[in-house]
Amino acid sequence: MLTEATDPIATRFIAGGTNLLDLMKQQVEQPAKLVDINRLPLSAITELPNGGLRLGALVTNADTAYHPLVQGRYPLLAQTILAGASPQLRNKATNGGNLMQRTRCYYFYDVATPCNKRMPGSGCGALGGYNRVCGILGTSESCIATHPSDMCVALAALEAVVQVSGPHGERTIPMADFHRLPGNEPHRDNTLLPGELITAIDLPAQGFAQHYTYLKLRDRTSYAFALVSVAVGLELTDGLITQARLALGGVAHKPWRRPAAEAMLVGQPAEPETYRAVVQSLLAGSRGYDHNAFKIELAERAIVQALSQALNRSA
Amino acid sequence: MTTTFPINPPAPAALLLPEPGPVTLHVNGQSIALTIAPWTTLLDALREHAHLSGTKKGCDHGQCGACTVLMNGTRINSCLSLAVMHQDDEITTIEGLAHGDELHPLQQAFIDHDAFQCGYCTPGQLCSAVGLLSEGHARTAEEIRELMSGNICRCAAYPHIVSAIQEVMHAQPLRP
Ligand SMILES: Cc1cc2nc3c(=O)[nH]c(=O)nc-3n(C[C@H](O)[C@H](O)[C@H](O)COP(=O)(O)OP(=O)(O)OC[C@H]3O[C@@H](n4cnc5c(N)ncnc54)[C@H](O)[C@@H]3O)c2cc1C
Ligand code: SF4
Ligand code: FES
Ligand code: FES
Repeated sequence: MLTEATDPIATRFIAGGTNLLDLMKQQVEQPAKLVDINRLPLSAITELPNGGLRLGALVTNADTAYHPLVQGRYPLLAQTILAGASPQLRNKATNGGNLMQRTRCYYFYDVATPCNKRMPGSGCGALGGYNRVCGILGTSESCIATHPSDMCVALAALEAVVQVSGPHGERTIPMADFHRLPGNEPHRDNTLLPGELITAIDLPAQGFAQHYTYLKLRDRTSYAFALVSVAVGLELTDGLITQARLALGGVAHKPWRRPAAEAMLVGQPAEPETYRAVVQSLLAGSRGYDHNAFKIELAERAIVQALSQALNRSA
Repeated sequence: MTTTFPINPPAPAALLLPEPGPVTLHVNGQSIALTIAPWTTLLDALREHAHLSGTKKGCDHGQCGACTVLMNGTRINSCLSLAVMHQDDEITTIEGLAHGDELHPLQQAFIDHDAFQCGYCTPGQLCSAVGLLSEGHARTAEEIRELMSGNICRCAAYPHIVSAIQEVMHAQPLRP
């Protein structure tokens, strides 16, 4: 079955269908064949010997977010999933499909306009166009799109690991390496190879269940993609930060992390004075385009806000 | 008008389109045998082929909730799923909520609370509300609003929809 799916144009896996069918109706995706993977035994959430949790690729976003072990140990992930899409969509959308969902860049969706991601070499409609939803970090001259997932921002912060099975066997991909920056190959959203199937997502034991938050800023309070979002997980001992994770959504082609910025929080008292340098480090090199320069200041403020929310949460 | 740059891969030209084939759906307690193309959405299968036109098509892109139906009791958008993927599922549409002449409590509450104007979103709102109640994650009006956000009402009947749902939520034990 996997070999059936090795031609990227000819065949696609279909899981929930909530992104793929939408893109097929728009003629952005035109697969000749669909392989329905819903009968594969990938619908379980199981505890791992190392204290972590394995989320099957076909578990729905809703079942994942409301699972007692996710709610108890990984509330950041639960909160993040529930901030995305709508209840109906989350009931259908799967964990594997969520990782693989494609950008919401308007020009990617509009087949009457050029887009290097949809049609390599045709140009980037967003660069000189209406780029309000586009990225400010890690962009390239070829593509300034963002990855739209909320769930992936939490998975990046939690340092989840993607389990993959393909024609050449099984392998694991850390979240940090799963999605990629556009460079001059924006048609490649991620590092999954043709014919490879996501089987599960593994969460490490460390869940940051005491001090966490997901702050999602968008044009309406529900059922909209993030303009800027921030996932925070902190560990504290005697008022000092001992471990910190920070990931941004809505600003880049992948969930945006800089471990060096996180390290600046460690050993520091949990106070706003600490944040300024962290913000600068995390957003260093950001660049606004005609319609999205507001995202830089929005991100600065969102990071500070999210850090204080995470600290004040008493679980 | 001609385009000077290639913007989209051409559709595979000589591709043989699969013939329509047999698909059996289980809708509102009845089995319905259809002969449909494999790319037919659940929504189009219900409306155009099974002639159950109570389920509405608003956006056809998962953005409005007008097409909401229940799949084994769980609410989904029927526009973003293929009929052929649901042959083992029990589908409930708006036509299946009432028992004979006896309306579903939510249907009665929508009437009592004047929870619609044009009525176009209403079948989706009702199926969604049935799903909301059985999921059991909403307690407050605030939570109902958030967990009904997948259903857009162009007439903005939102406050009345919330109060209709609240009444049923607080009134009685739920039936699926
Ligand atoms: C109106 C609307 C609003 C939305 N809002 C949000 C939002 O606010 N936040 C958010 O994060 N998301 C949002 N979404 C996106 C939604 O989360 C995704 O559509 C969903 O997660 C995709 O999952 P799926 O199972 O339906 O994928 P499918 O549509 O079935 O597949 C998507 C892609 O993934 C591939 N794929 C699926 N499973 C696997 C696998 N196991 N291995 C390899 N490849 C696979 C498919 O081949 C396809 O290319 C929204 C969607 C809609 C329609
Ligand atoms: S930003 Fe990327 S996705 Fe958007 S038009 Fe440019 S190349 Fe396409
Ligand atoms: S018609 Fe399905 S969500 Fe609008
Ligand atoms: S009653 Fe008209 S759209 Fe809701």
